[in-house]
Amino acid sequence: MDPHATTFGVPSRKMAMWVFIASECMFFGSLIATYLSYEGKSIVGPTPAEILNIPLTSVSTFVLLMSSLAMVLALDAVQSGDRRMTRIWLGGVILLGGLFIGGQVFEFSHFYHEGLTLQQNLFGATFFVLTGFHGAHVTVGVVWMITLLVMSLRGTLGPERSLDVEVAGLYWHFVDVVWIVIFTVVYLIQ
Amino acid sequence: MSSHATAEAGHESIYAGGLRSWLTTVDHKRIGILYGVTALLYFVVGGVEALIIRLQLASADGMVVGADTFNQLFTMHGTTMIFLVLMPLSAALFNYMIPLMIGARDVAFPRLNAFSFWTFLFGSLLLNLSFFAGHPPDAGWFGYANLTSKQYSPGMGIDFWLLSLQIMGIASIASAVNFTVTILNMRAPGMSLMRTPLFVWMALITQVLMLLAFPAITVAFIFLLFDRFFGTHFYIPTAGGTPILWQHLFWIFGHPEVYILILPSFGVVSEVLPTFSRKPLFGAPFMIFSGILIGFLGFGVWSHHMFATGLGAVADTAFSLGSMLIAIPTGVKVFNWIATLWGGRIRFKTPLYFAVGMVALFIIGGLSGIMHASPPVDIQQTDSYFVVAHLHYVFFGGTIFGLFAGIYYWWPKITGRMIGEGLGKLHFWLMFIGMNLTFFPMHFLGMDGMPRRIYTYAADLGWERWNEVATVGAFVIAVSVLVFFVNAIRSAASGARAVGDPWDAATLEWTMSSPPPEYNFAVVPAVNSARPFWLHKHGPTRDISTHTKEEGTPAQPETPPVRVDLPSPSGWPVLAALGLALMGGGALVGLWLVLIGVAVLVFGVYRWAFQPLERLGHPSFGPASTGGR
Amino acid sequence: MAEHAVSESSKGHASKSTYWLIAVILGILTMLEVAVFYVPLLHSVIVPFLLVLSAAKFILVAMFFMHLKFDRPILTTVFAGGIVVATVIILAMMLLFGAIGSGAHM
Repeated sequence: MDPHATTFGVPSRKMAMWVFIASECMFFGSLIATYLSYEGKSIVGPTPAEILNIPLTSVSTFVLLMSSLAMVLALDAVQSGDRRMTRIWLGGVILLGGLFIGGQVFEFSHFYHEGLTLQQNLFGATFFVLTGFHGAHVTVGVVWMITLLVMSLRGTLGPERSLDVEVAGLYWHFVDVVWIVIFTVVYLIQ
Repeated sequence: MSSHATAEAGHESIYAGGLRSWLTTVDHKRIGILYGVTALLYFVVGGVEALIIRLQLASADGMVVGADTFNQLFTMHGTTMIFLVLMPLSAALFNYMIPLMIGARDVAFPRLNAFSFWTFLFGSLLLNLSFFAGHPPDAGWFGYANLTSKQYSPGMGIDFWLLSLQIMGIASIASAVNFTVTILNMRAPGMSLMRTPLFVWMALITQVLMLLAFPAITVAFIFLLFDRFFGTHFYIPTAGGTPILWQHLFWIFGHPEVYILILPSFGVVSEVLPTFSRKPLFGAPFMIFSGILIGFLGFGVWSHHMFATGLGAVADTAFSLGSMLIAIPTGVKVFNWIATLWGGRIRFKTPLYFAVGMVALFIIGGLSGIMHASPPVDIQQTDSYFVVAHLHYVFFGGTIFGLFAGIYYWWPKITGRMIGEGLGKLHFWLMFIGMNLTFFPMHFLGMDGMPRRIYTYAADLGWERWNEVATVGAFVIAVSVLVFFVNAIRSAASGARAVGDPWDAATLEWTMSSPPPEYNFAVVPAVNSARPFWLHKHGPTRDISTHTKEEGTPAQPETPPVRVDLPSPSGWPVLAALGLALMGGGALVGLWLVLIGVAVLVFGVYRWAFQPLERLGHPSFGPASTGGR
Repeated sequence: MAEHAVSESSKGHASKSTYWLIAVILGILTMLEVAVFYVPLLHSVIVPFLLVLSAAKFILVAMFFMHLKFDRPILTTVFAGGIVVATVIILAMMLLFGAIGSGAHM
C-alpha cells in the first residue's frame, strides 16, 4: 500500500495550496469589500480621480501578467529537466516581480508627496492597506522564487522537485489574479 | 478473533519522554493531548473569572470588584472561553481522533500541525500576559469600535487582545488547511465521503468555515491595528469612517465562528448516540447534508447581531429570513438524534448522559435563538441577559456538554484507562443542575430588563433573587468541574486498563489497542461500510447502510507486517511559532523586537522547509526497523 | 520533501505555445480595458465591460497558467468555493453601505 496514495489523486501539498488560496480569496475579498464600501466617503481629498495614474499602472499590470508567463515556462523547464531555461525563466519571474514592486514603491512615494497618506483620508487608508498587503504578498513570492533560483543554481532543483515549483507557481499566479481584480475595481472603475 | 484480542499490553510508552520530546513532537496524538490539557487549564481560568463575576452580581450594589475590573473580567472570560477553551478542546479531539477514524497514520502536514499548537499556545500566553502587565483588555470579547480606538482605550489592553487573537488566528487557519487536506485526501481505501464518520464530516465543515471566516476578522484586526498604531481612520466617524464597519467584519467572522464552535459537538453526539443505542445513526446522509447547509447558511446571517444598529427594513428582513431558515437543518439533526435513540438498546454510560444532555440543552438554546431571529423581538432582547442565557445554553449546554461526551467516550482510547462511571455521572448531574440554575434565570432577568455588561445594579430593581440563584448555580458548576478533575486523576493513576474496543463501537478508531501504537494502524484498513468495525463484528444485522456480502474491517494485528516509517520529530515548528509570538509581543515593546521576531520566524521556516519529513529509520516500526526513538 | 512528484493523473497539459498565446491574449485584454477607460462614449457601459474583461483574464490565468482545466475537479471546486463566498460578501457589504443598490448615487 503506497503510503503516499491520496484519495483524490492530487498531491496533498498542491491541494493544500489551493485550500490556502480559497482562504486568501476571503482575505482579499474583505479588503476589497471595505475599499468599495468606503469609496467616495472620504471627507477630504485627494480623490482617486485626482491621483491615480492609469498609464503607469497599466504597465505594471502588464508586467505582472508577463511574470505569470515566465512562471509557467519555468515550471515547464523544471519538469523537462532543462536546467538552463529553469534558471532563465525563474530569473524572469524575479525580475518582473521586482519591477512590479518597484512600480508600487514609486507610486506610493509619489502619492505621499502629493498628500495622499495613510492617515489623510479613507481613500488613503483603504488604498494603501489593500495594495500594500498585495505588494507584501508579491514580495514574499519574490523571496520564494529567489530561493528556488538558488536551489536551481546549486543543482538541487530537478524534475523530482517539480511539485515544489508548481506549488510556488500557484501562489504566484494567485497573487497575479488578485491584482487583476484590484486593477479593475480600484483603478479602472472609479 | 475477538475485538478484545488487540493489545491490552499498554502502548503507554507512546507518551513517554521528557520535555524535549514534547517540544519537538509532530505526532497528532501528542499534539491532541497538548491542546486538550491546555484547554482544560484555561477552562479553570475562564471559570474563575466567571465566578468572580457571579460573586459581584449576586447582590445589588456589589462591592467585590469595581467597574473597570468587572469590564476586564467579562472581556477575558468571553475571550478565554471561546478562543482558549472551546476551540482548542475541539482541536484536541480533531487532532487525536480524525486520523484514527479515517484510517491514516497522521495528518497531512505533521510539522504544520505542531506549529499550529505552539502558535496557539504562545498567543494565549500573550493574552494572559496582559494581566501581569496590569492591562487586561476591557472592551468585551467582541471589541466594538470605536470604544477600542486609541482615543477611548488609550491603554495597552486592547493591543494585547488584538495581537494575541491575530496570532491565534494564524494557528487556526494553518490548522484548517491541514485538516481539510487530511480529511479530503487521506481517507482509507473504500472510505467514500458518504462512508466517512459524522464526526469527521462535521470537522470538515468546521475547517471550511474557519478557512473562510477567519480572514474577515484578520482584516478587522488589521484595520484596528492600523487605527491604533498608525493613525488611520477605518473606524473613526470624524473622517467619514464608521464603527459599523467593525461590526460587519467582526460578525462576518463571528457568526460562522459560532457554528465552528457547535459543529464538532454535533459530530461527537452523532458518534456517541449510535454507540450507546447499539443502532446506526438515523438518517446519516441527512445529517451530513444538514451540516453542509448549516455551514453554508451560516455565512448569510451575520447582521442578526446588528438588528439594533439601524440597518434598514430590507437588510433586517433578509438577515432575519436567513436566521430562521437555519433552524430547519438544525431541527433535522435534533429529530434524527432522537430517532437514533428511539428503539435502541440503550446503555446508560456517562458519554450518553452528556450527549443527551447536549441535545436537550441545545434545544433550549436554539429556541431562544429563534426568538432573536425576529428583529422586533430582538430589539427588546439584545444586550440584555436574555442573550447571555441563549449563548450559554448553546455554548455551555451545547458545546461543553458535547465535548465532555467526546472526552468520556474517547478517554479509554486516548489514555488506555477507563474513567469512573460513578464520578462521571456525578459530574454530569452536578454540571447539568448547576448549568440550568445559573443560566435559566437569566431569561427572566433579561425579560425584566437587566442589561449585559453592567458591574452592579440597584436594589429596588427586583433583580437580586435570580442573580443569587445564578451565582449558586455557578458554584455548583465549579464543584462539578472539580469532580471531573478528581475522576481524571484517579483514572490516570489507577483506572482499569482499557481494551481496544470498550464500547463495542462501529468505527475504525476502535480497531486498535488503547492507546493506539505510535503508528496507529499496523495495516492500512480497507473500508466497505459506514460502520466498518461493527459490520465485521456483528454482520449486517440491523444495519441499513451496508452490503450483505461485505465483511467489514477487522481489528488491527499486533505489529506491522511491513516496515512503517513515521515523520521525525522537529524543533523548527516551535521556533517558527516563537518568532511569530515575538513579532506580536514586539509590537508592544519596540520595532527591534518585531524585527527579531521576523528573523526568528524566517529562519525557522527555512530550516523547516529544507528538513526532510522522514529522516531514515527515525522512528520506524515493524520488521527490519531500527526501532523507535 | 518526501512526496513524489509523479504522474498526478491530470488529463493533459497545455503546450508552451499555448502559454505564449494566453499571454498575448492577456496583454490584448489589458490594452482593451485601458482603452475603454479613455473612450468617453463607452462610459455608460464601462462597468459591465470591465468586469467581463477582467473576469476573462481571471479565468484564463486560472484555467491555463494554474492548470485547473487539466486537473481534478476537486481543485476547481475548492477555488470556486472561496471565490463565491468572497463575491457574496463583497456584494452584500456594498449593498449594506449603499455603494450599490437603490440607495447609491453612481
